[in-house]
Amino acid sequence: MIFKVFQASEIATLFELLSVNRIVGPIEKGRDVNDSPLYDFDVVYDFKDLALDYGQTIHSAKNYFLPYRENLCTFTFEDDAWEKDVDFGAYEAHVFFGLHPCDINALNKLDKVLMGNNYPNPFYGAKRSNMFIVGHSCTPTPSCFCHSMGSDSALSGFDLFLTLMEDEYFAEIQSSRAYHILENMETREATHRDHLLFRKASSRKRSLFKCEVDTSDLTKILDMEFESEVWRKWGGKCLSCGTCANVCPTCYCYGVEEEVNMDFSHASKVKQLYSCNLLDFAQVSGGHNFRPESSTRLKYRYYHKHRGFVEAYEESLCVGCGRCGNACLAGITVPEVIASVRGGEK
Amino acid sequence: MDNKLQFVDLAASHGTRVHKPGVEHFEYSYKAEITNLYSLTATEKLYQIQIVDPGERKKFTFLPGQFVMLELPGIGEAPFSISSSAIRHGDLEFCIRGVGKMTNFLNRVKRGTTVGISGPFGTHFPVENMAGSDILLIAGGLGIVPLRSPLMSVLENRSSYGRVDIIYGAREPLELLFTYQYEMWKQFDINLEIIVDKGDDKWSGPVGLITEILQARIDNGTANDFRKNTYAIVCGPPVMFKFVCEMLTRAGLPMEKMFVSLERRMHCGRGKCCRCNVGSTYTCLEGPVFDYWTVLNLKEAI
Ligand SMILES: Cc1cc2nc3c(=O)[nH]c(=O)nc-3n(C[C@H](O)[C@H](O)[C@H](O)COP(=O)(O)OP(=O)(O)OC[C@H]3O[C@@H](n4cnc5c(N)ncnc54)[C@H](O)[C@@H]3O)c2cc1C
Ligand code: SF4
Ligand code: SF4
Ligand code: FES
Repeated sequence: MIFKVFQASEIATLFELLSVNRIVGPIEKGRDVNDSPLYDFDVVYDFKDLALDYGQTIHSAKNYFLPYRENLCTFTFEDDAWEKDVDFGAYEAHVFFGLHPCDINALNKLDKVLMGNNYPNPFYGAKRSNMFIVGHSCTPTPSCFCHSMGSDSALSGFDLFLTLMEDEYFAEIQSSRAYHILENMETREATHRDHLLFRKASSRKRSLFKCEVDTSDLTKILDMEFESEVWRKWGGKCLSCGTCANVCPTCYCYGVEEEVNMDFSHASKVKQLYSCNLLDFAQVSGGHNFRPESSTRLKYRYYHKHRGFVEAYEESLCVGCGRCGNACLAGITVPEVIASVRGGEK
Repeated sequence: MDNKLQFVDLAASHGTRVHKPGVEHFEYSYKAEITNLYSLTATEKLYQIQIVDPGERKKFTFLPGQFVMLELPGIGEAPFSISSSAIRHGDLEFCIRGVGKMTNFLNRVKRGTTVGISGPFGTHFPVENMAGSDILLIAGGLGIVPLRSPLMSVLENRSSYGRVDIIYGAREPLELLFTYQYEMWKQFDINLEIIVDKGDDKWSGPVGLITEILQARIDNGTANDFRKNTYAIVCGPPVMFKFVCEMLTRAGLPMEKMFVSLERRMHCGRGKCCRCNVGSTYTCLEGPVFDYWTVLNLKEAI
């Protein structure tokens, strides 16, 4: 990989250079009751709005590559005949400015399911192939546990990754597109001192985590504790609202519905992101529900992320971004659930 | 320098009708015509559905036990097991029970209606590996539908198989499916035993549960050599196949020679929507056909 260094203030130049494209990045959306800023990803028109020092956004950026609602196809009816039109819904390249390692790793994980060998999904693929990603270093919030999930550092899946060290940025360059854009800016080669500063910044980050998940033997423990009482305890709290999946960067499940327009000339097949915590997720016709209790649905979400995906890809589907725990009205967090399932080992 | 990022057109057919294989194939559906449909019982109909384009029809191949996603534009899309012989390619038969929005609509359509078909999807019953062995097909209720395709394949290659038995259970005689084919099956030296939960005036056969017939057969001891030379395919509601598979296991049939087909909610058939997951296994990719050993290892399968 090629490393470069540039003055922290030069980041505004980078933004300007990229601003001929649509830029999506973290911005402050409002304030909570304690007057702390609330961040989310949105289209950024002005560098001043870009909140690069954000802790965590409420939602992930998935609406831009895995829209909450998406048209899978349109049918046109004429007499008894129909034609089916498919549009993958990608029309221009987007720059994602300021993604943290957790969200870049989330994309890498989604790629495995959505662009792997089994029926690669062109709706995702078309958008994913048109993302220019500028990653940005972060300071762990109290609910972040990405280090436990091996997602605290992004090894691939970006064009450019910027780590703030003192008053300079250390730039990891992973694409020629990024290299050429940096040619328009004042940069210098990274020296040995910069390498050391980079490592210092990483180890400082590692020292700041307040939250941890023990993942050792977790797939087996989840299997052993499949019938454990703790699931019923968490299920009793869960409101089955699906907010956790809504904010999660790696939740991708969906439902499909068809809609006919008013004059019966067209119909569309619409995909809507769903949540396995919602009541009818596994309900089949005739009314049988394979997961009728909130506890079995909640448990399933953990099984998919921390067991099934690990079995398939040797990594967890959770990146430890902490969003689901922050958003959950019942206060259910991944570190607490996993600790309770592991139960009194310590 | 121009910093405008070049748009990468993943699929050249973007925004147009999708006809090419590959990534753009994802939402592709064959246009297929319902050439004939008729009632088998009060709630089930048989649909003969033919892929319209002769070239596509011929190229369409599937294996017994696989399913397709059948789409009625504007109404819905749902998974259905192919119930016809694999040698008939895209000239397909389905037996569908009216239970909800789309299936009840299908119930009302006319001959000649065009539907969309995508697939085939999922795993199949390994009939090719079963050659040389005895075969026991056990179906409860609608479970006879996915069984019909492997059965056809056995009939078409009758000499490759040893003894072939079908044990079929339904709630009542009026719910029995494919009654008009029983005589034909028997001509292929298939031993067919039917049992109903509740008889009616005309019913002279056995009344009771499938497991009773199976138990009698296991106790008899001469019918099947479960330890060595038998494969079983069991389709039906989860409670039924659980009991049946447990009995067969006790009788000595190795779990990897017993196959079941699981039914789950499916919104894509392509391993993307997660609706079909059992534990964390995709029924649409790794199933619907599983051997019993795998099913036992799936959390929440039964
Ligand atoms: C592999 C497989 C093979 C099947 N083969 C047959 C068959 O040969 N004959 C037959 O009559 N039925 C079969 N089914 C069941 C059939 O798919 C459902 O009856 C059908 O989905 C009901 O759709 P609906 O719109 O009429 O019902 P509704 O209840 O109105 O369905 C609404 C939605 O729920 C989903 N859904 C509901 N029930 C099921 C279900 N059981 N499985 C999957 N998705 C469901 C549908 O996708 C639909 O989008 C099969 C199911 C699977 C998984
Ligand atoms: S865990 Fe929390 S956010 Fe998720 S469904 Fe339950 S109550 Fe909603
Ligand atoms: S499960 Fe929760 S912590 Fe894990 S990636 Fe999803 S939102 Fe983040
Ligand atoms: S049906 Fe969508 S993942 Fe299996």
